Amino acid sequence: MILAKTGNEALALAMKHINPDVVAAYPITPSTEIVQIFSTYVADGAVDSEFVAVESEHSAMAACIGAAASGCRTMTATASQGLALMHEMLFIAGGLRLPIVMSVASRALSSPLNIHGDHSDSLASRDSGWLQFFCETVQEGYDTLIQAVKIAERASLPAICAIDGFILSHCLERIETFEEKDVRDWLGPYRASYDLLDLKKPILVGPATLQDYYYEFKRGQIEGMNRALPVIEEVQAEFRKRFGRGYDVVEEYRTEDAEAVLFLMGSACGTVREAVDALRLAGKKVGMVKLRVYRPWPHQLLKPLLQRFKAVGVLDRADTVSSWGGHLFTELSSTLYDAPQRPKLLSYVYGLGGKEFTPEDAAGIFAEVLSGSKPEMVTYVGVRS
Amino acid sequence: MARLKKWQELPCGAIIEDMEAVRENKTGAWRSERPVWNKDKCISCYTCWLYCPDAAIVINDGKVAGINYDYCKGCGICASVCPKKVQAITMEKERK
Repeated sequence: MILAKTGNEALALAMKHINPDVVAAYPITPSTEIVQIFSTYVADGAVDSEFVAVESEHSAMAACIGAAASGCRTMTATASQGLALMHEMLFIAGGLRLPIVMSVASRALSSPLNIHGDHSDSLASRDSGWLQFFCETVQEGYDTLIQAVKIAERASLPAICAIDGFILSHCLERIETFEEKDVRDWLGPYRASYDLLDLKKPILVGPATLQDYYYEFKRGQIEGMNRALPVIEEVQAEFRKRFGRGYDVVEEYRTEDAEAVLFLMGSACGTVREAVDALRLAGKKVGMVKLRVYRPWPHQLLKPLLQRFKAVGVLDRADTVSSWGGHLFTELSSTLYDAPQRPKLLSYVYGLGGKEFTPEDAAGIFAEVLSGSKPEMVTYVGVRS
Repeated sequence: MARLKKWQELPCGAIIEDMEAVRENKTGAWRSERPVWNKDKCISCYTCWLYCPDAAIVINDGKVAGINYDYCKGCGICASVCPKKVQAITMEKERK
């Protein structure tokens, strides 16, 4: 069905089509409308989900952990300070390998207070053991949330599906949705790997493990993330086969003979496409590499792909506040360190707190990347100075 | 102590499937106070058994038969839930 939907509406609709067993969420700001819209589906009897309205995001994730540990397909949604308040619980979900799926309308973190879109909240959660998907469009958000459920359950890892706050969460877009029945059939029922209430085979979930076992459990968790990339590729292929459209972990745009590319995630990829098209008309050999999966970090794919280019401009919509640029820049530069051929890497931070990022900004970056050098180590695009 | 398992041998997620591991982990040494159970006062109402977070109330032939000090952490819940008229459990300082 072709519909006009905001990112929030589209992700809530995806949740309706998924029909999770339990949704536990904090229903008001900083959460977006996703939870509010989903709660109307619950009230109308359009889903079978148990909806738990809790008193904080910390409690929301705690309730999700309980639900997922007892074998329920569990989802939630949050943003910004809400995700920050969940922080402690994110690690527990990760360590317990519970396939909770959460949509995040990625937004800035206080202080100063700001409600608009950047990647600070999601990226601050990067070491919590969650899969992380960043979407370019509302359509991709709808599709990715559905995929994330299957990926999370097959990989036994929790997953964040991020859409850029306001830029996608509150903007209307034409999307094509699937039949509810088809989504539910494709996902199938969730079968947890253990039964919490089997009296004949009792288990203990979340034990204390000290010097004797903690490290060994962590090593297993790391292995789960190591093995997640093929699972993602497998589910993406299944999705494409079933629904006739799909995505890759890393996507290229007009890179065939490109000398300079920009490397980034999220909605700004659309802006960069505009700039690439305009520059291509002017005969410039430029392209874009879009990262869709941030965790696991797909180093196996990035290393061979990016060493083809002379120069790569790395665009971060968050900063590590370390004086060494953003997350993508630091991780990509370490990925390429021992590559036989290393492109020149140029670091750009842009769009913090929802600051507008235009095709002209992208064109200006391309001019520098084509030249292979720039005056500062990290460039803060669009900041008044 | 059983042989320590390799990481590859552990279940997915922080789960203990082998309940012997829990039995081996004797938590009684954590106590700073110990509950002392008075057999003559006890009416076997099971309230302490119901509330004990460490399953340390011993039951024999359907009756409360004492406290398992291997696992009792000395939290004092049993003493506080024991009915006021009965007071069969009192807390005492743990002797070193």
